[in-house]
Amino acid sequence: MLETWFLFQRNLSAFWRAFRRNRMGMAGAVLLLSAVLVALFAPLLSPYEPTTVIRDPSGRGLTFAPPSVHGPLGTDDAGRDVWTQLVYGARISLLVGFLAGLIAMFIGSLLGILAGYFGGWLDMLLMRVTDVLLVIPDLPLMLVLVATLRQMELKISPLVVLILVIGLLYWTSTARLVRSQVLSIKERQFVARARAIGAGHVHIIRKHIVPQILPLIVANTVLILSTAILVESGLAFLGLGDPTQPSWGTMLNFAFDRNAISNGAWWFYLPPGLAIVWVSLGCVLLGNVLEEMLNPRLTAHHLEGEASVRPAGEETLHE
Amino acid sequence: MSRGGMLGRKVLFSLLTIFVVLVINFVLFRVLPGDPVRAVIGRNVKLSAEAQQTLREQFGLDKPIFPDQFLDTLGQWARGNLGISWSLRRPVAEILAAKLWNTLLLIGLGQVLSIVLGILLGLLAGWKRKTPFDVFALTFSLIAWATPTFWLGIILLAAGSTWLGLPTGGLVSPENVGKPLYTVLPDLARHLVLPTLTLTILYLGEYMLIMRSSILEVLSEDYILTAKAKGMTPWQVLWKHALKNAMLPIVTLIALNLGFTVSGAIYIETVFSYDGLGKLFQTALVKQDYPLLQGAFLLLAVSVIAANLLADVLYVLLDPRVKPT
Amino acid sequence: MSEPPLLRVRHLTTEFLLADAGQRARAVEDVSFDVYPGQTVGLVGESGCGKTTVLMSILRLLPANAEIRGQVFFRGIDLLTLTERQMRERRWKDISIVFQGAMNALNPVMRVGEQIREAITLHGLMPPNEAEVRVGELLELVGIPKERGAQYPFQYSGGMRQRAMIAMALACSPGLLFADEPTTALDVMVQAQILELLQGIQRKLGLAIVLVTHDLGVVAEMCDTVVVMYSGKVVEYGPVDVIFNAPQHPYTQNLLQAFPDLARPGTVLACIPGAPPRLTDLPPGCRFAPRCPARMQWCDAEVPILREVQPAHFAACHLVKDV
Repeated sequence: MLETWFLFQRNLSAFWRAFRRNRMGMAGAVLLLSAVLVALFAPLLSPYEPTTVIRDPSGRGLTFAPPSVHGPLGTDDAGRDVWTQLVYGARISLLVGFLAGLIAMFIGSLLGILAGYFGGWLDMLLMRVTDVLLVIPDLPLMLVLVATLRQMELKISPLVVLILVIGLLYWTSTARLVRSQVLSIKERQFVARARAIGAGHVHIIRKHIVPQILPLIVANTVLILSTAILVESGLAFLGLGDPTQPSWGTMLNFAFDRNAISNGAWWFYLPPGLAIVWVSLGCVLLGNVLEEMLNPRLTAHHLEGEASVRPAGEETLHE
Repeated sequence: MSRGGMLGRKVLFSLLTIFVVLVINFVLFRVLPGDPVRAVIGRNVKLSAEAQQTLREQFGLDKPIFPDQFLDTLGQWARGNLGISWSLRRPVAEILAAKLWNTLLLIGLGQVLSIVLGILLGLLAGWKRKTPFDVFALTFSLIAWATPTFWLGIILLAAGSTWLGLPTGGLVSPENVGKPLYTVLPDLARHLVLPTLTLTILYLGEYMLIMRSSILEVLSEDYILTAKAKGMTPWQVLWKHALKNAMLPIVTLIALNLGFTVSGAIYIETVFSYDGLGKLFQTALVKQDYPLLQGAFLLLAVSVIAANLLADVLYVLLDPRVKPT
Repeated sequence: MSEPPLLRVRHLTTEFLLADAGQRARAVEDVSFDVYPGQTVGLVGESGCGKTTVLMSILRLLPANAEIRGQVFFRGIDLLTLTERQMRERRWKDISIVFQGAMNALNPVMRVGEQIREAITLHGLMPPNEAEVRVGELLELVGIPKERGAQYPFQYSGGMRQRAMIAMALACSPGLLFADEPTTALDVMVQAQILELLQGIQRKLGLAIVLVTHDLGVVAEMCDTVVVMYSGKVVEYGPVDVIFNAPQHPYTQNLLQAFPDLARPGTVLACIPGAPPRLTDLPPGCRFAPRCPARMQWCDAEVPILREVQPAHFAACHLVKDV
């Protein structure tokens, strides 16, 4: 156990050295990490609560006020500070994204491992299910699901509904990736050897398969995370978020519904969108780089320019 | 594998998928808690107990859910009877039919533009890998991918209406509403500029990425080296040997992307108040008009599945490796 | 040999610039040999020793991260001094190439006949209708019924695909044919047929061939001259009977010892202990020294040069004395 830990640490430091030189990957990590920090320290970043209405000296709410000393990003239609809503919104957007991404990763990895390892009808079934899910348009399906769940009037928060619906729909790509990896690992020597000495399935999966695919699962989760955050923002924009706990998508829903565009209140509709781009771009950059490092694809192709030639003067050989 | 066998399998798979969609729709609509009569007539309509009972029998709600009600519902759907919209008080099928063409117009324009541009730019980016053009194309694609559709729509709407004086929404100007579309083409075109641009920018990145990786794969194939060794110029190699091979997987990928297209339509029609299926879907959602929502879902899902089947058929016909029967 | 050589390669050196930190990998260094009309030259060595890179360098088919130096005279003209456009016009017309049997060298979505015709019309050698007839003739020459030109590569067997590739290589009547492991991944019967076909065509057309292989049986059967390469350099070069009977370089000796039965083509080189050095991390002296059974002290310090052991037989080893 200790030995594996040391090996892991050594691999990790080698990986970190290679990663540090990759500018795209580093940029992605910085984008994502900064957003996480903002979400964690939101109360320290603003003097207001997200619901505080900023008033002028006469006591009237400052509605659609442009950026000023009162608020660096101005106020919304009700006079609340946009910057404050933005940093608190990071909490909701990231939380929904992370939890939905984790659910998708967990389901996808589990099904991928089971299908890849045991094969047979289980594999067949999983592949058919992912095929079907791939073809059904996801946004209409989610909207119908969320709407139905709401109609059922269950006592659960809209955020939980969003997390479940996103998490339960976006596991297919992970499942396919994990399955193909498990298939190739299963064929390797040490698995056959472990089986020959009578190791159980659970042991083989835990000791030989999971450690090998874990890094790739992590990379894939980062990519799923960006999807989850984008999808959450979309659903929230269509009005399915929790108005009492506004995410960036909910803010954009408010901005659009309450005529921020016709009022020229760019400070209301630009920042939340930029924040979404910030985080999802961070995830895509980071995820792509991690995946490329762990699972390198082709390096050069046949039409990649011409070799340079440096002709020499007349010389003779062998004399 | 023979063409017939392959096509047979694709058709079978599509039928299976449609069946899954039907089951989802039925389960969500009928089986979940809530009064089905309410679901049929709307929740705010007051009805006597007798009338409710009559309706119950009329809709077969007194029969067992499976198989009677299920088969009955399938029969209704097959006859194009998708129920009555709560909010609009008209048959759902009729409402959908009226909006379908507007959405097809928008999606069609956006798709054609983005596919043509995406394939061309992706081809160049893959060929000139690691050049500034490629880096630019990749960056563009990544940012387009990371940008929420509706937000890009909002920005273009704000910018286009402020600086270019373009209309902020709708299919045509108010004075032209109700006239046949072909009589007001210039007005229609002005209204289409911004939504089409939004769609094109978003899909362009996606198609460019797909084409780039497809062409990269093809260009590392051995027959490309053969073509080069024959003395062909890079353009000849690209045109005569790489393009067709790279296009084959693209056909399928474009079809798989159609679900994404539908999402785009919902967001963009919402932002631009464009009178199509997407806007309808969003309205039904806001007004909690379940029959309309379910009907729109059924139509969108079946269209996407059908389009996928079409792409598969196209692939089978294009690829000589699939033997004709 | 009073006739001038068809191909004269001098001091050919090819380097690849690697992506990280401007490192260079010298895949081919100072390679020289001659090919006379109608002759077959064998390029042998373990995989990764630079055989294929030599062919690709001569044809200038390497990507932009490669740098080629030296001289490559074809019929007296140095190919490395030509512009890319001039070079393009000569490819396939002067020198054509048959790739490894295992490779997917034919375009899968193009009819085989069309791929051959394209090579003819590309160089404007004849009008399309005449080219069509020529395609039929070429296919029959390699033993494929000409009707099958209308088929796609996936409808061919592995051996037939290689025959079609040879037909395509002959399309522009080149003076020189490069054959890069033409029989790899084909089964033994088909290998023999392909080699026979190449020999027959060579006799009929007076073609010169450069054959890249790691199969010494094939070399013994096909070649007039052998170039033995190790880690990008020529270690021994001479007529086939001399190399086989009196090898001078320990590497060649090892290769031949590891090769038990000359009468059985298809036997792959048995192993020599150790592995060739990495191209980015070459030993300072003789590159074979770390694996050499006859290694001496100065082998690690000094690079051996290619010396003429006897007329037309060269070896690069400190054990070898000039004539």
